[in-house]
Amino acid sequence: MREIDVKKISEVIKELSIETNEKLPCDIEDRIEKAFSTEEGLARDVLGTIKDNIRIAGEKGIPLCQDTGMTCVFLEIGQDVHLTGGDIREAVDAGVKEGYGSGYLRKSVVADPLRRVNTGDNTPAHIHYEIVPGDKVRIIFAPKGFGSENMSRIAMLPPSAGEDGVKDFIVDVVRQAGGNPCPPVVVGVGIGGTFDKCAFMAKKALTLPMDRYSDDRFYEDMEKELLERINELDIGPAGFGGKTTALGLRIIAAPTHIAGLPVAVNINCHVSRHGERIL
Amino acid sequence: MRIETPLTKEKIKALSAGDKVLLTGTVYTARDAAHKRLTEMKKKGEPLPFEIENAVIYYTGPTPARPGEVIGSAGPTTSYRMDAYAPELMDMGQSAMIGKGPRNDEVKAAMVRNGAVYFAAIGGAGAVMAGCVKNAEIIAFEDLGPEAIRKLEVEDMPLIVAIDSEGRDLYRKEGR
Repeated sequence: MREIDVKKISEVIKELSIETNEKLPCDIEDRIEKAFSTEEGLARDVLGTIKDNIRIAGEKGIPLCQDTGMTCVFLEIGQDVHLTGGDIREAVDAGVKEGYGSGYLRKSVVADPLRRVNTGDNTPAHIHYEIVPGDKVRIIFAPKGFGSENMSRIAMLPPSAGEDGVKDFIVDVVRQAGGNPCPPVVVGVGIGGTFDKCAFMAKKALTLPMDRYSDDRFYEDMEKELLERINELDIGPAGFGGKTTALGLRIIAAPTHIAGLPVAVNINCHVSRHGERIL
Repeated sequence: MRIETPLTKEKIKALSAGDKVLLTGTVYTARDAAHKRLTEMKKKGEPLPFEIENAVIYYTGPTPARPGEVIGSAGPTTSYRMDAYAPELMDMGQSAMIGKGPRNDEVKAAMVRNGAVYFAAIGGAGAVMAGCVKNAEIIAFEDLGPEAIRKLEVEDMPLIVAIDSEGRDLYRKEGR
């Protein structure tokens, strides 16, 4: 049994809090560059500002966006790992508190959805635990802004809706979102599973590389087709029209019930932040 | 085009949807929780914490300033969440809003009625916007943290006229 001190996890969470909020993953930055080279007029101006923003945030060490998000943490814990030195949930929150404090990040979490008092340190984090084979811990850290989170949707379609029904729903969610979620967006899709699993898959799909497609040919084709349809919506950068409404779209699918066809669409803005470490 | 506050009706009338402007002057930050409180204060007949006549309100909740800096990242938040409050504030004299994303018909009607303008800042470009802020001070609702009302002095803040005082709307194809 390999032992890992949870303090190590706190440190990683602290580092990732700051790192992910100041620097975009390379695949997203590449996509923004490519979009810039194909657009003209106002759409190109907007992408130019977005490029400037990436440069300034990097140079000055300030967050790319003032919404430094609610922290989503995916913990894939090897079954041969023994976590020592304290409570894992408290360790993750300690890392968030440290990172959001020392990194001068915004504290955007309220303790209760209706009574709405800010917790003051951006905790608690939203943690997904998964037990996997092996003796490692994989930590994916994804701060999620709510301008785009608010535009996300889930539908429990009947199986008769089929592939076309699923595709139309996905495109329609992006159409309805319009200029609200800071387009060009990144789209995470979950298909199948249960109600909760479907939403989880959509969120996790946002952390997949956006310069690649699914290994399953069927879903690779669907990802390409949906991205094309979304980019024909003419929402464009900032919502003022253009060829680039989405920078990427990834799908995760899972077995589901004979009576159901769940589909979830989690939208992210162009500041699509995530980072990972393996301990 | 460069414009300066106060944004009077005459200055606003000259702006059309799609115009790129650089704004210099005083703007006040307010988002969801601050808007709720402002409208509650009005209901109770209490004076607002800043002069609302010709005021520019920027929908933002910045990150904390690093030592030696004026402000942290300060891009716009999504405006539709303020749609419930904006008409009332415009009827009281507010002349300009800065945010991102489309507005509803009630807001547009209030804009036309009051000769107000809605500017879009580029969402997600918080580091760019921070560079335009020369001074920032909290003037109300400090307990709201990032949602407190701040008085900002800005210089050449890059904005786009998203909806003009005649209701032309850049978020709709016919407004482009």
